[in-house]
Amino acid sequence: MSGFQSETGRRPRGAAFIIAALLAGLGGLLIWQGRSIPEKGGYAGIGSGDAPVFIGGVLLLLAVAHVFIGIRHGMAAVPRQHPVPVLLIVAGLALQLILLKPLGFSIASGLLFACTAAAFGKRNVAISLPIGIAFALVIYGVFDGLLKLSLPGGFLESLIFGS
Amino acid sequence: MTTFDFLLQGLTVALDPMILMYALIGVTLGTAVGVLPGIGPALTVALLLPVTYGLDPAGSIIMFAGIYYGGMYGGSTTSILLNTPGESASIVTALEGNKMARAGRGGPALATAAIGSFVAGLLATLALAFLAPHVVKLALIFGPREYFALMMLAFVTVSAAFGESTMKGLTSLFVGLALAVIGIDGLTGQARLSFGVPQLLDGIEVTTLAVAMFAVGEALFVAAQTRGLDDRIHAIKGSVAMTREDWSRSWRPWLRGTAIGFPIGAMPAGGADIASFLSYGAEKRFARHPEEFGHGAIEGVAGPEAANNAAAAGTLVPLLTLGLPTTATAAIMLAGFQQFGLQPGPLLFVTAPTLVWGLIASLLIANIMLLVLNLPLIRLWVKLLMIPRPWLYAGILLFATLGTIGVNPSPVELSMLMIFGVMGYFMRLHGYPIAPVVVGLILGPMAEQQLRRALSISQGDWTTLVSTPVSAGILAVALLALVVPMILRWRGKGAVLSQIAGDED
Repeated sequence: MSGFQSETGRRPRGAAFIIAALLAGLGGLLIWQGRSIPEKGGYAGIGSGDAPVFIGGVLLLLAVAHVFIGIRHGMAAVPRQHPVPVLLIVAGLALQLILLKPLGFSIASGLLFACTAAAFGKRNVAISLPIGIAFALVIYGVFDGLLKLSLPGGFLESLIFGS
Repeated sequence: MTTFDFLLQGLTVALDPMILMYALIGVTLGTAVGVLPGIGPALTVALLLPVTYGLDPAGSIIMFAGIYYGGMYGGSTTSILLNTPGESASIVTALEGNKMARAGRGGPALATAAIGSFVAGLLATLALAFLAPHVVKLALIFGPREYFALMMLAFVTVSAAFGESTMKGLTSLFVGLALAVIGIDGLTGQARLSFGVPQLLDGIEVTTLAVAMFAVGEALFVAAQTRGLDDRIHAIKGSVAMTREDWSRSWRPWLRGTAIGFPIGAMPAGGADIASFLSYGAEKRFARHPEEFGHGAIEGVAGPEAANNAAAAGTLVPLLTLGLPTTATAAIMLAGFQQFGLQPGPLLFVTAPTLVWGLIASLLIANIMLLVLNLPLIRLWVKLLMIPRPWLYAGILLFATLGTIGVNPSPVELSMLMIFGVMGYFMRLHGYPIAPVVVGLILGPMAEQQLRRALSISQGDWTTLVSTPVSAGILAVALLALVVPMILRWRGKGAVLSQIAGDED
């Protein structure tokens, strides 16, 4: 569903068609996958493959409805959006995802914290990054130590909390 | 034993110091998330689910319910002082409450909201206690076809009955249902749509989806708005005490709100937000001073606030007795029960009576705690609103990822968090409701299993679905709830429905 990013908010009619295409794609995928499951309806007459086929069918119908609405009315106009904050937060999530294993929870999450703060206007990384790392370290201590939730640690965690 | 005996027994459980602690943590957290804009009870329970793996089941579930109740209390504070609803069930409170705050009457507005929530919470919890055993008896004669019919009704009311467009609601629902078929089929063990990725065999975690859609999606959406939000806080001037006139104008709306909210919550007819909208409409009609509506009528705060609390209690009726979640928060609470190996439903009252009645009794105590937290301590909560948004949302996102990392620190899970978060952003942007996706994900497999069971029993005869009056009746109501709003919208009368847009709680 990552294809959702590709739309712009300024062409409402275009948005309806893009959403319709995504729904049709998802519906087609479900039908194809549902069909490929060997039919074992048993007593019920419907088996594992039938629910995906049904849901896929309805998604195709909804795609048609979106095309229809798009031609007739267009979708409601969408207010202008700032793309930079969105990209900053997504970048923060991606950084955390990539750096979680090599650098440990606190540094990776501190980066996410700093990116999000930047997205909301606190651009000074020299302040937000240390705050984020310190905050994540406290959370690591509480959750890993007290609540027995195992979080991936890195050198910083083993330095402070031992291993 | 009668309900009364069970309740007394439950009270002994609830008065256990540890359980009291859990309840207190729950209501405090609930009030906090209710006050903070951007996070609601559904998200908070989802965030806490992984944290409670190692804790006491009864205590954890009591804590979750405390969060739900607390969220309903706390939401009013933000609505009144900030004109930004703290959670979706407080949107109408903002209409009148913020006007009152601007007129310097923020104190009485907060008081009538808190006392109204207390009255409604107390009455509705008692109603839950006395109604639940009867629903359980009824549930024992329910077979798969009746459950399937009830789930169809829940699907329709969550997605299509309210909101601006049937098409958008159904789209959200079916996206949720599509995500629900990923993983191993519970009846045959057949892997579906897993594309050879082992992490997908377990299906999509409800908590991951909920956290992504509610927390990540919301943060992205708020960050992307070009026009800044009007978030001036109106300080509470003077005392929070209500005058004699405030009391006399408030008590009837409290009771009416309770009477409207509880049944709405108890029937699969939508959540607290819908109840609060209906209550607002009722108060406007009954008011002695209808001209005050829109300029700070106290009835418009008292009624909806009572209604959303009563609805929260009502939601627990189908959840506990039938195992049927009708709101996003209830859906995630169901995941909470399942995490501890408990299956809500009629059997739960037999297998774990101390837990069920302890929970109900705890809710009565939680109400009293909440009244204390929300009246004398209200000024502390207002301080929470002073947290600058960058730090607030950075913290929310850190906690959002913490839950996922704690359960399953795999890149696949975190990627899903990111993808669903972006999806949640675009859904919000284009006005697609979020709750149906979550409800579809959790109820979808249940509905499919009940349908296939019902058809197995009847050897493939589809007429079995309408062969009893109960199931036929429920399916008919579901069909009406789907078709009537479509006709209303088609004839241009959809404005009311789009106001009653169910979102989250």
